[in-house]
Amino acid sequence: MFKSNAALWAEYRDKSRIKLLCQQIAEEYSGPMRIMEVCGTHTMSIYHYGIRSLLPEGLQLISGPGCPVCVTDEKTVSAALALAKIPNIIFTTYGDMLRVPAGNTSLQRLRDEGADIRILLSPLDALELAEQHPERQIVFFAVGFETTAPLTAATLCRAKEKALQNFSVLCAHKTMPQALRSLLPGSAVDALLCPGHVAAVTGEAFFSFVPQDLKRSAAIAGFEPVDILEAVLAVVRMHAQGGAGLLNCYPRAVRPEGNPLAMKMMEQVFVPCDAVWRGLGEIADSGLAIGAAYREFDAAERFKAEIAAADCYRDNPACRCGFVLRGECTPEECPLFGNACTPDHPCGACMVSGEGACAAAYKYRRI
Amino acid sequence: MSYTDEVITLAHGGGGRLYHQLVEEVFLPIFDNAYLRQLNDSALCPSLGTALAMTTDSYVVQPRFFPGGDIGRLAVCGTVNDLTMSGAKPAYLSVGMILEAGLPIAELRRICESMAAAAKEAGVSLVTGDTKVVEKGKGDGIYINTAGIGLFPEGKKACPQKIQAGDSILVSGTIGDHGLCILAARERLEFDPPLRSDAAPLHDLAAAVQKAVPDIHAMRDPTRGGVASVANEWCGNGLSIEIAEEALPLSASVSAVAGILGLDPLYVANEGKFMLAVSESDTEAALRALRSHPLGENAAVIGRVVEDGRGLAYVRTPYGSQRLLDLPYAEQLPRIC
Repeated sequence: MFKSNAALWAEYRDKSRIKLLCQQIAEEYSGPMRIMEVCGTHTMSIYHYGIRSLLPEGLQLISGPGCPVCVTDEKTVSAALALAKIPNIIFTTYGDMLRVPAGNTSLQRLRDEGADIRILLSPLDALELAEQHPERQIVFFAVGFETTAPLTAATLCRAKEKALQNFSVLCAHKTMPQALRSLLPGSAVDALLCPGHVAAVTGEAFFSFVPQDLKRSAAIAGFEPVDILEAVLAVVRMHAQGGAGLLNCYPRAVRPEGNPLAMKMMEQVFVPCDAVWRGLGEIADSGLAIGAAYREFDAAERFKAEIAAADCYRDNPACRCGFVLRGECTPEECPLFGNACTPDHPCGACMVSGEGACAAAYKYRRI
Repeated sequence: MSYTDEVITLAHGGGGRLYHQLVEEVFLPIFDNAYLRQLNDSALCPSLGTALAMTTDSYVVQPRFFPGGDIGRLAVCGTVNDLTMSGAKPAYLSVGMILEAGLPIAELRRICESMAAAAKEAGVSLVTGDTKVVEKGKGDGIYINTAGIGLFPEGKKACPQKIQAGDSILVSGTIGDHGLCILAARERLEFDPPLRSDAAPLHDLAAAVQKAVPDIHAMRDPTRGGVASVANEWCGNGLSIEIAEEALPLSASVSAVAGILGLDPLYVANEGKFMLAVSESDTEAALRALRSHPLGENAAVIGRVVEDGRGLAYVRTPYGSQRLLDLPYAEQLPRIC
C-alpha cells in the first residue's frame, strides 16, 4: 500500500524556494560551466520543470548516460527479441523497454503480433506468473542500475528458495562508476549531478571517486525542482571556490550508509562483468552478471542456443545516440532528431525511453 | 444449476434456446423499457422533433471492474458524454456486446445492472441491442459498443472555431482519476487514499453551465490523451493555449501516483470531466455554475487563450518557466525507475 501525501511534494516544488535558489545560483555563478546530469530521471525533471530556462546563460546542463533503456546495447535487445518470440516463453520486463527499436522491430511490435510480453512494475510479479504457468518459461528482462538491481537480486533469491524451474533472468544490469570513469577524463564536463535514488541504495561514499579520482565536483540530487536546484547551487559554489567535492543534497532519502541490505543482496547474487553500453562501447567491470550460485536462473545460459542463433539488429548509422550519451552532442544536433527520429518512430534508444535525452528534448522542445 | 446457467457458452450466441433465455432473464428485465420490449429488429422510437446527433463508441477496458465503475458504466457514460459535448441531449442508446465464452453470467448481469443504473442517471433508454459470442481466448471477457442518438436543439453551437484570444479554459473537476485508477487496478497497486474512476454522465452538469453561459465557445471531454490532447486540438491559427500548472485540480492520490509512476496527469484519461472555453466576461458565471453542481465542485480555471502567433499548447509553471504540451504519443508506459 502506497500512502499518498501531496504535502511531501509541495515543499520541493515551492515557488518561492525555487525563485530564491535561482537567485542564489545567479549570484554565485562565476563563469561558463557544464554540469552533467547522469540520470535519466533528472533529465526528465529538468525538462519537465523548465529548469534550463531558469539558469544563467553559460551554465549548461547536459544529459549523461544514465538512462538504462538507452544504454542497453543492440545485441542484448536482439537477444531479448529472440526470446520473446519463442511461443512457450512469457517475456516480462519494465514498460519503457517495450518500444526500444532494433532493426525494424521492437518488443512492442512483437507483442502486437501476438508474442506474450508483459509489463511488470516489479520482477517479483514474474515469480507469481511462473507459479501460475508451470508449463511455460517465464523470462524477466532485467535492466537498470543500482536502483533496480537489488529487486532483481531479491527476485533471484526468492526463485532459488522456491526452486522454480521455469523462471530465468536475462540480465543487462549496469553500474555507474566504471562508465563515469571511462567517460569523464578528457570530457568538458565540470561537475556532476548524481542520482539520488542510486545513492539511496549505495550510500554517499559510492560517488566519492568523482572528486577524488576524476577531479570533478558532484552533488547527490533528488528529483523535484528544489532538489535539483539545490544540487546545481552546490556544484556552482564548489566550482567557484576552485575545489572538487561531493555533497549530499538529498539527505531526506540518502543515508550515508545507503541501504546495506540491498547492497548485500546484490553482492550475493551478482558478479561484476564487462558490459557493452550503447553508444559508449565495452566498459570493463561496468555490468552485473548473475553469479555462479544463481546461474541456473540465467536466461543467457538456459537459452544459449536460441540467443546465439538470433539476428543482431543494428542501429541506423546516422543515429548519434552514442554522442548524445557521452554529452558530446545535443539531441538537436543529430541529423535524425525530429525528422526521421521522433517518439512515434524512434531510430535510436535515446528517443524511446521517457527518460531518454532525445525523447525529453523532443517532448519539451523549445517554444 | 448447469454449466450453461453459470457461464457464457458459444450456444448463447446461437439464436436458440439459450440465447432467448439470456435475453429474457438478463437483458430485458435489467434494461427494461417500452422500446426494448417491442423486441423488433429495430426499436421504433417517437420523433424528437429536432435535428438529431448520433455517435458510437466501443469499450474494451481491462479490468472490467474497477473502483468507481466498470465497463458497463463506461459504455453508457462515454456515449452519453460524446452526445453531450456536441451540444445534444442524449435520448436513446443501442448496446452491442461481444462476449467471450467462459464469462460468468453473474458478471454479465452486474455489468448490465450498472449500465441500466448509468442510463437512468443520464435519462436515456437502452432501446435495442445485439449479442455475439466468440470462442474462449478470442476476446477479453466482454467488449461493448454503444451508439447514441440525441436531440439537437437549434441554437448556439460550441465549436473550437469560436475560440478567441482572451478566452478562459476551464475544467469541470480533478483530472487524471480514471486513467490512473485503471492503471493501478490493472497492476494491482493499492494507494491510500484509493484512486477512483470519475466515470459519470455529464449531461446535467453541461446543461447547467449552458444555461448560465449560453455562448460557450468550445466544450470537450478530455478522455484518451487527457487535457493535453484537447489543448492541442484547440490551439492553432496563431492562438496558443496556456495552461497554468498550479491551477490544475488534482486529487492527492493522482498527484502522488503520477509522481510514483512517472506519468503526467495532463496526458491521463478522464471519463467524467469536460473542458470549456468561454469568454473572459463569462468565466465567473461558468465557474459558479460548474461548482454548484455535485459533479463540478472541483472545477477550476486552468488556463487561457493567448494570441502569440505560435499556436501552441504549453504549460506555464508558477516560477516562470514554460514547457511545451506536445500531443501525446503511443500509450503511456510506467517508467523504469
